[in-house]
Amino acid sequence: MNYILLLGATSDMAFATAKEFAKRGWGLLLAARNQEQLAVLKTDLEARYEVPVYALPFEARQFSSHEAFLAGLPHQPLVTALFFGYLGDQQKAQDDWQESSRIIEANYTGAVSILNLVARQYEQQKQGAIIGVSSVAGERGRKSNYLYGSAKAGLTAYLSGLRNRLQASGVPVITIKPGFVATRMTEHLNLPKPLTASPRQVAEAIYKAYQKKKNVVYVLPVWRLIMQNIRMIPEPVFKKMNL
Amino acid sequence: MKKLLANWGQYPALEANELSFRTPAEAAQIVASEEQLIARGAGRCYGDASLAATVLSTLQYNKIRAFDKQQGIFDCQAGITLDEVLEVILPWGWFLPVTPGTKFITVGGAVASDVHGKNHHSDGSFCQHVEVLEVLTASGQVLRCSPYENTTLFETTCGGMGLSGIITRVRFRLKKIETAYIRQTQQKAANLEQIFRLFEENRQATYSVAWIDCLQKGRHLGRSILMLGEHARVDELPQKFRKDPLQIREKKKLSVPFNLPAFTLNSYSIKAFNWAFYHKLRAQQRTDLTDYDTYFYPLDFVHHWNRMYGKRGFVQYQFVLPLAGSYEGLRQILEKISQKGMGSFLAVLKLFGPQAGLLSFPMEGYTLALDFPVRPDLFPFLDELDDTVHRLGGRIYLSKDARMKPEKFLQGYARANEFLDKLQQLDPAQKFVSLQRKRLHLST
Ligand SMILES: Cc1cc2nc3c(=O)[nH]c(=O)nc-3n(C[C@H](O)[C@H](O)[C@H](O)COP(=O)(O)OP(=O)(O)OC[C@H]3O[C@@H](n4cnc5c(N)ncnc54)[C@H](O)[C@@H]3O)c2cc1C
Ligand SMILES: NC(=O)c1ccc[n+]([C@@H]2O[C@H](COP(=O)([O-])OP(=O)(O)OC[C@H]3O[C@@H](n4cnc5c(N)ncnc54)[C@H](OP(=O)(O)O)[C@@H]3O)[C@@H](O)[C@H]2O)c1
Repeated sequence: MNYILLLGATSDMAFATAKEFAKRGWGLLLAARNQEQLAVLKTDLEARYEVPVYALPFEARQFSSHEAFLAGLPHQPLVTALFFGYLGDQQKAQDDWQESSRIIEANYTGAVSILNLVARQYEQQKQGAIIGVSSVAGERGRKSNYLYGSAKAGLTAYLSGLRNRLQASGVPVITIKPGFVATRMTEHLNLPKPLTASPRQVAEAIYKAYQKKKNVVYVLPVWRLIMQNIRMIPEPVFKKMNL
Repeated sequence: MKKLLANWGQYPALEANELSFRTPAEAAQIVASEEQLIARGAGRCYGDASLAATVLSTLQYNKIRAFDKQQGIFDCQAGITLDEVLEVILPWGWFLPVTPGTKFITVGGAVASDVHGKNHHSDGSFCQHVEVLEVLTASGQVLRCSPYENTTLFETTCGGMGLSGIITRVRFRLKKIETAYIRQTQQKAANLEQIFRLFEENRQATYSVAWIDCLQKGRHLGRSILMLGEHARVDELPQKFRKDPLQIREKKKLSVPFNLPAFTLNSYSIKAFNWAFYHKLRAQQRTDLTDYDTYFYPLDFVHHWNRMYGKRGFVQYQFVLPLAGSYEGLRQILEKISQKGMGSFLAVLKLFGPQAGLLSFPMEGYTLALDFPVRPDLFPFLDELDDTVHRLGGRIYLSKDARMKPEKFLQGYARANEFLDKLQQLDPAQKFVSLQRKRLHLST
């Protein structure tokens, strides 16, 4: 049986993705901080699908725990999908290093720490696939969320380099750029409907991207266009915009 | 987050603050900090029952807690929708004990409205199949209740329209089936007398409902088609379905993309539709096999069909009359409707069985459900219909209501005061308040 490891499994997108894989017979390794909520998700998934589901404690910011975490997995995952992330409070982070570092670690360094180890394994075995959920926010820094954005920019560049490296070992690395998604992270925001995907749409896009070994995926195609335009705005203009 | 909210009838609409939760602790925190709020499921009630300035959406609280595949017992968080439940239980040979005419409602909504289905006369309402509930009450605690435990809370929650608190957990019994198919028999009735006789003769049928053409007059008044249904057994299926009797093929969904101008639905288009429907059934009686989805949820195939009524929205008017007054009452009401040319696309008639409960809608007798597009003369007309309904001892379904007057509510629901007294004990400060509760002055 094939297993998928979902890092940050209590994320709404991760849960939807777990369903996409489980309904096709994949076993699930759910890794997250909140064990109580993880147990609720495990029970739900076991009732829906006849696949083994494991709930595993995982903290992205505890870098030193990552080696033991991977060594202790009950099964070797064929796919590792990274969902954890933290939007944070930009205003607060500007004056508070704690908040800044939380954003950086939960979106970037934590990912580097765990994916370095996963990559080494997959490279040696010449098998496996890595899926990373990054963000369009990483494509250009804006005053409203450049701490989050810069951390995601780091993640995007990391995944791009990793893809380049693992290409030789036949290990696909897939970068997902979801655009707006209606999840717990964005519940307090008034997102424009046509630009907002559901977690399920993201999950379907992820499964498809895995099957077709895609490189970079914008869940809603319109976002590729939007970001193309945003990247084209000359910096002298961009810096004066209220974004 | 602030947004414009309306339920299925798109009337009324209001700017509301919508909150949601994923854990009981989050819900408790919201209930403690908000002065007034009401639970909101999928918003499939037609009127104002799940609307308020602050609503607590249950849609993210939708996980399965347990599914006993041997005994057929389902235990879930209350925000899960029936279509998701079906997806899980059907392959194991289980079905919902009671289902309304749409599968896009939450289990919590099914309890709060104590919904009925085409099998009310044989299996009762949804809450009769509920074993355990958990409710987050005004006290801030999640309390467990059942027909044997914390019965005051149980009685005020079943059919209580969300006024007792936030239902967080529901454990209910399922119905065993062999196949995903229904053996459907359709019978024509030329008028009201005939359809009443057919209903009486078919009390043993598991499912029964009639579609009625409410624009007919005189000797055709009450012209209708009775639709009976039984869960098909494996040996009743054609050979090619027997290998996978619990599987049906997925069908394409249609969608009404935006609000149609109100004039597309007038008495001419309704007449044409009704004529075609009645005459499509050539023989006096016909039996065929349909999948459960087509049989129970024909409207779900057209997503957003409610937009067909245009921007002003529509109201669904559903009443029930006690058996004794049913014939006379229906005759009077159908005459009024056809006189006014207030035709309704979808008019559904059904014979209910007996029903217990403080605020549950059904009672032994006939129920009629109609859709009327909102127009200036509609509300006075419905007030007139209300008079007839209540004179005969009937009542209006709260889950579909958006406009009834407070005195009518008290008249129709004989146990309303008992309900309100119990509610007073549970929630003396009136934390759980919907627009409907305000409109109907539901307080002691
Ligand atoms: C096409 C269609 C066909 C229908 N057919 C039928 C039918 O055949 N029989 C029938 O009985 N009904 C029928 N209905 C009505 C529908 O089943 C009920 O209105 C049902 O309650 C809607 O559930 P919901 O999840 O959408 O809840 P909402 O519409 O959001 O809320 C309905 C009521 O339930 C309360 N509520 C919802 N969730 C909770 C909770 N977790 N805790 C406490 N209170 C809660 C709300 O406060 C409100 O009072 C139909 C509706 C449609 C649109
Ligand atoms: N929603 C959007 O519009 C959007 C758009 C683009 C990209 N994204 C990205 O998509 C991913 C999934 O987010 P989502 O929208 O599904 O939001 P979400 O439900 O809030 O998920 C975020 C997840 O990250 C986990 N997490 C945060 N810090 C962690 C840490 N230090 N260690 C372990 N786990 C941690 C959270 O776990 P807890 O439950 O323990 O807090 C939570 O499960 C994130 O990387 C996000 O940045 C989201």
